[in-house]
Amino acid sequence: MPEPRREAREGREAAGDDRAALVRAMTGFARTLRAAGVAADHQRTQGFLAALRELGACEPRDVYWAGRLTLCSCPDDLDRYDRCFAAYFGGERPAARRAPPAVTVTRFVLRPDEGAGERDEGGEASAAATASEIEVLRHRDVARMTAAERQEVARLLGMLRSARERRRSRRRAPSHHGALDGRRTVREAVRRGGEPARLRFRDRTEKPRRVVMLVDVSGSMAPYADTLLRFAHALVRAEPRATEVFTVGTRLTRVTAELRHRDPAVAMDAVSAAIPDWSGGTRLGEELKELLRLSDPRGAIVVIASDGWERGDASLLGRQMERLSRLAHRVIWVNPHKGDPAYRPLTAGMRAALPYVTEFVAGHSLAAYEELALRLAGDAARNVVVHRGRPDA
Amino acid sequence: MSQRTNPDPAAAGEVTGAAAGIDSPVKLAALLEEHDYLADEGLATAAFLALRMGRPLFLEGEAGVGKTELAKTLAAILDAPLIRLQCYEGLDAAQALYDWDFARQLLHLKAAEAAGVTDVRALEGEIYDRRFLVARPLLRALETWPCVLLVDEIDRADDEFEAFLLEVLSDFTISVPELGTIRAQTPPVVVLTSNRTREVHEALKRRCLYHWIEHPSFEREVAILLRRLPACTEELAAEVAGAAGRLREADLVKPPGVAETLDWAEALLTLGAVRLDPGLAAVTLGALLKYREDQEAVRRGGLLGDGLATRAGGGSGRA
Repeated sequence: MPEPRREAREGREAAGDDRAALVRAMTGFARTLRAAGVAADHQRTQGFLAALRELGACEPRDVYWAGRLTLCSCPDDLDRYDRCFAAYFGGERPAARRAPPAVTVTRFVLRPDEGAGERDEGGEASAAATASEIEVLRHRDVARMTAAERQEVARLLGMLRSARERRRSRRRAPSHHGALDGRRTVREAVRRGGEPARLRFRDRTEKPRRVVMLVDVSGSMAPYADTLLRFAHALVRAEPRATEVFTVGTRLTRVTAELRHRDPAVAMDAVSAAIPDWSGGTRLGEELKELLRLSDPRGAIVVIASDGWERGDASLLGRQMERLSRLAHRVIWVNPHKGDPAYRPLTAGMRAALPYVTEFVAGHSLAAYEELALRLAGDAARNVVVHRGRPDA
Repeated sequence: MSQRTNPDPAAAGEVTGAAAGIDSPVKLAALLEEHDYLADEGLATAAFLALRMGRPLFLEGEAGVGKTELAKTLAAILDAPLIRLQCYEGLDAAQALYDWDFARQLLHLKAAEAAGVTDVRALEGEIYDRRFLVARPLLRALETWPCVLLVDEIDRADDEFEAFLLEVLSDFTISVPELGTIRAQTPPVVVLTSNRTREVHEALKRRCLYHWIEHPSFEREVAILLRRLPACTEELAAEVAGAAGRLREADLVKPPGVAETLDWAEALLTLGAVRLDPGLAAVTLGALLKYREDQEAVRRGGLLGDGLATRAGGGSGRA
């Protein structure tokens, strides 16, 4: 190639360098988003780069929209995205690289000594409890347990295999009765040389009834939150597609995806990282309103695990409960304090909610959770595995 | 078989041309505005990228913010039919993808039997032919070109259905076991909407551009009212938009969307209103708020009374 071409080539290389730098900067941005909890994976990052190419110019607003449209996938992502965008680009040239923003992660920690009135002699022992010990443990209030006992309860909840009440779905499947199944009838007729002699049918199938569970993670519920979330994990594990779990405190957080990890330890870590308002106050009324907006409780069993200690307006809670009771199949309220025979539902929140609750149950011990699992199982209850100690063990 | 693919390359070139004429989000926003749809920067960019990248556009937002309307307007801009699939629980392949026309198949079998054809293989070949296949919205969208496919309220369908949709939207193919794979030569423009009553599967979302539509700002809502309702005065539009904005911040079961605001303004205009007065507002409230609790809350709280008269004109300071 003659000399005059050289300049052009250098220009091209410089442009290539620019492009490489741009790609590096943008993938760096995607990495920052990932660190902040946005699911900006490789495929999405490719989409981001393609969108940037389509938009041509590298104006900050183009970069902003290209990224937001391709890298985010839910409203929660949008806040994180805006924060990361500001931190990463800082309103300057896209190539300017900044340190990724700090991510605040609230770790879920068991508080072993809190409320530990009675201590077992083998407090440190990590060996699995024997059957008779399990029997004792089953009825013990979770809030008054030692760390080792809680660990054992957690282990047992990890083994809880809960069944789910069934309901008729609109989907049809081959059956001996029901509506005519044209497809299979024709196939059969072809097989018999054209004579539609044997008719085939399809009928409605059954599906697990959906459960929407709300776990109160505010300060007053702190001793029970871990156990409740583990119970929720057992529900999600059993019916991942028919269970939604939210935590409530000062805000509503959907934690279903986090609870889909099979391993309870991994799931609990993911959940604690996702909950921003650990041990704060409760605004149940507000949260319930948000829940009614975010999730469709029509036909579902709604489980609310809370002590009803409402910091906000109790009449708002009452109104939302009324609405919920009209939409849901059943509303089960789980209150840990109800295990105490002396307990009376006197808090304003509890009093406002109770008229709209179908079942009001205790939620303080392993036995209470097993009972709750049976309630959710309905007719399918025979499949529930409960842990009972043999009396002779 | 000609129906299985997009038949006419010349026609294809033509519409690529129409979409190619849209060379920036600003241009698309202008086109949308010509069709009376006022999109903000984010939505215009989202729709632009969906057209250019051939990716489905996944729209979320409160009910009534104009998700479905966008698909209709895009169809109008591209001069293409809108193929709509309304999702519901129990929606299955036979209703969304394709179904066999059993009655005609059986008739054909009887005819063949009468003619003395008994070879099962030959019969199968005749029966499972494209002409006995009834195209449902998704198959129709792959076979029609150009077109805009609207998959409305995907969160209402159960998740098994998302698996079908995933196949269609990732490769733009549908496999019919008896017939083979039907492929779209050029992917249709796809808009999916969700009200977020259920989290849609990650794999599906990953193939889409994601956009959350907000309620419009006060100024935009006034502009929308004026554009859609030529008879509406600026004062009335400002008062209606101001009231709607305030109601969205109040504690309501179902805050009004743009669709409701438009209905309300239209109801007021039908009654000959030039300004919003509390009496007229009270009798037309049903067009704006669809829950008894909400209507009562508004009447009790005086949100449409004196507050309206004093503040609505100024637009109540909404951004």
